[in-house]
Amino acid sequence: MTSIKVPIIENILEANDFVAEENRKIFSDHNIFCINIMAAPGAGKTALIVKTIELLKDKIRIGVIEGDTASVTIDSDQVVMAGAPAVQVTTAGECHMDAMMVRKGMEQLPLDDLDLVIIENIGNLICPAEWDLGSHANALVASVAEGDDKPWKYPNIYRNLDVLLITKTDLIPYVDYDIDHFKSGVEILNPGLVTFPTSAKTGDGFPAWTEWLSKKTKAAAEK
Amino acid sequence: MHELSATQNILHIVMDHAERNHADSVSAINLVVGDFANIVPDCVGYYWKIITEGTIYADAVLRFDRRPAIFECDDCGSQFEITREMTACPQCGSDHVTFISGDELLVESIEIVRNEKEK
Ligand SMILES: Nc1nc2c(ncn2[C@@H]2O[C@H](COP(=O)(O)OP(=O)(O)OP(=O)(O)O)[C@@H](O)[C@H]2O)c(=O)[nH]1
Ligand SMILES: [Mg+2]
Repeated sequence: MTSIKVPIIENILEANDFVAEENRKIFSDHNIFCINIMAAPGAGKTALIVKTIELLKDKIRIGVIEGDTASVTIDSDQVVMAGAPAVQVTTAGECHMDAMMVRKGMEQLPLDDLDLVIIENIGNLICPAEWDLGSHANALVASVAEGDDKPWKYPNIYRNLDVLLITKTDLIPYVDYDIDHFKSGVEILNPGLVTFPTSAKTGDGFPAWTEWLSKKTKAAAEK
Repeated sequence: MHELSATQNILHIVMDHAERNHADSVSAINLVVGDFANIVPDCVGYYWKIITEGTIYADAVLRFDRRPAIFECDDCGSQFEITREMTACPQCGSDHVTFISGDELLVESIEIVRNEKEK
């Protein structure tokens, strides 16, 4: 009997990263900008997406991939009502979406007729951070109701973000939330991160956010 | 957490290399796991037992080489570990710090056994 050591050094999430890279290429080949929206449950992802569609749908053709742990169409129904095609992918209890699920969603969207694809990830601040889906940008929705200490408690998700939305700002008077304290935590993890304070209820902050998103979408189309 | 999918991916990598190297069994798997990779070793071990039952991989010892999360200060250049909470630079107090390493999730090597073949 002989015992042999085999050196490997292989990334455990490599299979996912491979599919993610393909997804990104498919989006790019269709001149589509894809953004992955992550957040805690109930942070206001769907509310943000719905309002964004309402404001942009005359200028930009938007499709949405809704990730959910259960096969309920509550979120995708809202998106369809707002006027955008939506597909729902169910993770069967898993805590995050992976690149393969996004691929399944993409296959059901009319990619030739879209400029922007928004992915609503599973409500979770830990696991989605690890999984590249093949988007061009990663966004986090952090509602003020969750508290201003979250960058310290969930550092990982802040590290790979391209844009941060501080939502439900209309609730600041009712919750003890120090936006400067929150931002100082974000600054440690992701210096200079593009940040938009918004309220889906009052519409505050949406002009700046939708302008940023339109610019990114246009830039992707011109490439 | 996503330990189950991580464990399945570890198994794929191990199977691939065990087969290529004509292993009769696998005695150990050496993994590198950064503190920021969000993986609980005990959970991986638990899933490993379940998904490898009855295979040549079932008796492999899983060894976890934990790596701390290292940050570097953009202002004074010092490097420091973050074990729990995010902090500013302990040397100069700057908030401008850059993540250096500590999110690894790798299969570093495996140890395989080949039974003596009769000639
Ligand atoms: N006051 C206030 N409430 C909001 C705002 N945005 C969302 N909400 C409310 O917050 C609750 C959750 O919002 P959703 O948009 O469903 O949150 P979500 O992140 O999509 O939730 P999951 O998909 O279940 O994880 C709903 O009752 C919304 O009406 C906001 O800007 N201000
Ligand atoms: Mg939702």
